[in-house]
Order: sequence, then structure tokens, then C-alpha cells
Amino acid sequence: MNLQATNRDIGSATVVDISGRITLGEGSAMLRSLVRQLLDHGRKHIVLNLADVNYIDSSGIGELVSSFTAVKKEGGELKLLHLTKKVHDLLLITKLFTVFDVHTDEEKAITSFSS
Amino acid sequence: MRGLTQRIEVTLETLLESVDLAEDITLRVAKAVGFDEEQGYRIGMSVREAVINAYTYGNLQIRERHIFLLFELLPAEMVIRVRDQGAGFHLEDVPNPLAEENLLKTSGRGLFLIRAFMDELLVTIPKSGGAEVTMTKRYPRARPPAPAGASEV
Repeated sequence: MNLQATNRDIGSATVVDISGRITLGEGSAMLRSLVRQLLDHGRKHIVLNLADVNYIDSSGIGELVSSFTAVKKEGGELKLLHLTKKVHDLLLITKLFTVFDVHTDEEKAITSFSS
Repeated sequence: MRGLTQRIEVTLETLLESVDLAEDITLRVAKAVGFDEEQGYRIGMSVREAVINAYTYGNLQIRERHIFLLFELLPAEMVIRVRDQGAGFHLEDVPNPLAEENLLKTSGRGLFLIRAFMDELLVTIPKSGGAEVTMTKRYPRARPPAPAGASEV
């Protein structure tokens, strides 16, 4: 299943509901473009809701890292929400679970932005 | 049957689509030889990562080059080889993606994932050139009959 995403603006935060696979090629490119577009529109508090992301490969992991650093560079924050077991396990073994701010509650994720 | 090796060979074009194709083939083979869904996912992901490496770093996305995928179904384990037509590399030269200075790098995790998901990982430079990534996964139990169409050598 190709990557699909819809945005919801809640106050200063944007929640991006993503479904499908984040893999080499279209999936990774779409995530990159999506985050860059949000930054271009001044949306710097971003929550990626990965509840329906059932598969991610090393390119997808790289794209998450790239998005994280791109948002940080613009003075914003990127948080992850509702990881599936597969994505959770991948972030654990790559030690990225400690890098990302990971949430299981959307409201808490939104209120956790620093300003 | 015991003692014989069944081989399945696939030659892939250096195309992005070959990454998904290699994974799909691997999932079918893994299921046919008795791996469950979780193990199949891990084996499929490993082949995917090896083919991504071959496509990106080995063959440099040059379409005229090929990626060779070989499954060897041994009595106690499945050996999978992915060979490209690039310059080759040594596993010890690949940076550790868990090192503090590499954690935020956007690439370099593929071989690490293979090592995490498979029982053995070996990278060699065969006489014919390129890099050959050899991955081994032991069967969880006695292997069922070979998949239809598999050749015995």
C-alpha cells in the first residue's frame, strides 16, 4: 500500500495521519515533501501519527531522522505518535527510540510542545 | 530429500521496482519452507536491505547492471546471497549506526538490520567482482517439502 497522509491543524500543532509503507522511493520522498511543505507554511510543531504505518525500511527510518533534523533546524519539534509494533521495534534496535519524542496519547503529544 | 540443496536463482534489473520484487519473492520462499509470518518479515526485510544496497551503492542505479539473488535451501538452514556488479566493500569498513556520532545519519542502517534479523551475515568480494551479501537463517523446525518448481542440484 502506497503512503497516504492527511494533515490536521490543532492550535499551533499539525498532526499528520500517515498510512501505508515508508520505504525507499515514493514513500520516503512523500514524507520528505510533506514535512518540507509544513515547514514552508510555518508549521513547526509536527506530530507524525504512525498508527497505520505497517512497514518501514532503512530508507524510511532515514527519512524520519531527516525530517526530525530538518524541523529542529527550523526551531521546531517533530514528535511520533502511535507506533506499530514493527516500527517501535525498529526504532528500539536502531537506538532511535531515545532520539525521537514518542507518544501514545495524541492530546499529550500536542500539549508537550515547548511553546 | 535430506542432504540435497535446492536452489532458486533470480536475476534482477537495477530498478527501484526490483527492491519490492526481491522482497515479495523472499516472502513466498520463506513461507514455503516453513518460516512463520514474523520470521518471514525479518527475512524479507533483510533481502530488501541487501538489494537496496546493491541497487544504490553497488550498481549505482546503473540499469545495465544486474542484481543476482540466490536462495539455497539446505537441510537445516536457508542461505540467501545478493550479489551486485559494483566495486565491492568490506563489512568492517561500514560505520556502526549505533555510535553516537552516527545516530542522526540518514543512511547506513541496512546491514545493521540484516545482522539483527538473520542468524549470520557475511560480505565477500567474489572473483567475478561486486559485493556478495550472504545471509543465513536456520529453520525453526524440520523443513516441509520443497516449493513447487524448485530445482535440485
